Amino acid sequence: MLQTHGEDAKILAGGQSLIPMMKLRLAAPKYLVDINGISELEYIREEDGFLRIGTLTREVAVEESELIKSKYGIIAETAKTIADPQIRNLATVGGNLAHGDPGNDHPATMIALKAQVVIAGPEGDRSVDINDFFEGFFETSLKPNEILKELKIPIPSGKSAGSYIKIKRKIGDFAAAGVAVQLSLDDSGTCRSIGIGLTNVDSVPLRAKRSEDLLLGKQITDELIKEASQLASDDSNPTEDLRGSEEYKKSILRVITGRALKSAVSRANGDM
Amino acid sequence: MTSVTIKVNGAETTSDVEPRLLLVHYIRENLNLTGTHIGCETSHCGACTVLVDGKSVKSCTMFTVQVDGKEISTVEGLVTEGALHPVQEGFTEEHGLQCGFCTPGMMMRSVELLTLNPKPNEEEIRYGISGNLCRCTGYVNIVKAIQYASNKMSNGGTTE
Repeated sequence: MLQTHGEDAKILAGGQSLIPMMKLRLAAPKYLVDINGISELEYIREEDGFLRIGTLTREVAVEESELIKSKYGIIAETAKTIADPQIRNLATVGGNLAHGDPGNDHPATMIALKAQVVIAGPEGDRSVDINDFFEGFFETSLKPNEILKELKIPIPSGKSAGSYIKIKRKIGDFAAAGVAVQLSLDDSGTCRSIGIGLTNVDSVPLRAKRSEDLLLGKQITDELIKEASQLASDDSNPTEDLRGSEEYKKSILRVITGRALKSAVSRANGDM
Repeated sequence: MTSVTIKVNGAETTSDVEPRLLLVHYIRENLNLTGTHIGCETSHCGACTVLVDGKSVKSCTMFTVQVDGKEISTVEGLVTEGALHPVQEGFTEEHGLQCGFCTPGMMMRSVELLTLNPKPNEEEIRYGISGNLCRCTGYVNIVKAIQYASNKMSNGGTTE
């Protein structure tokens, strides 16, 4: 059906972004292809070195998964900040990414986790690095005849932990700014791997690359955290809206990046 | 038109609907079950909350064709054999409503909340109903109403 109708068709997954957009006439697809019957796309499991999440997995399943809560706490922490319980009963992880909204929360977390997205199309499956997936404002590398199938997250090694912090006006709101940090420390406390993703501070979900580079291979000190937080804020490009001015958003981003880094480090060390 | 068969409050019903018909419109206009309210129509307020296969959803953000073959419960289905559901009793006893507009959605959400977590603390209740807005801001008594229902349901019918 996607082949036949091309850009006239939209995939209906949880529908919790698409249906509101249709009501506001921001989207008016001629055809909706309802994929909710494909239960094979709802799973969370570890296999071949990756945590694999089927894209039709509901947010509520992510929130409640013992595997995710025990080893990938940041994903459950992220899911809990999304919308409200009724929305999360239907909303899907895949939809949160495929929608391409820089205000959605999983993109930053998937950047922090260095995820790959598996895309199915007429010529079979292809895998895309999360950093190449988001191409512009509400634009992804998905072609009209393709469907997001799976998220692959490398199983972390060493002392690994993450943190997602989102500043919002109220429950159900998009982020004024959000930050996801996932890191691994070795026994000496040196940072062996780090990913930092930012929510709603640019036209695409942003990777704080300079902050990552600064911390990688080093002992993470308060001084370095301060510097890395400033870099993330400097590299962001938020626009003024009802959630605040550009200056305000850059400022809170600096503060929450620092908090998320501190929290991830102390969680990795088993302090909490 | 598409034919859908849906179990509504225990009774199966088959109808022809347009694929674009929202579930809330189907419930209110085709089934004449007007207890389910339309508040914001933008997925925020939760007044249209119903249960689909036991899970609370906002019926303004779902198409009717999506619930073909499923079971839905609305506020009209809470009474059994003339007796109020503990959640309804809680809202009555604890004055959990002022204007009453948000109440059906609040109660349907509370039913799922208490199924998942029979003894929620106040914070869990407030987080649990965070997708339902009360513009009379009567949250204090709504929380008490849910606590009442929780006590009644887990103490085998008493609220002591």
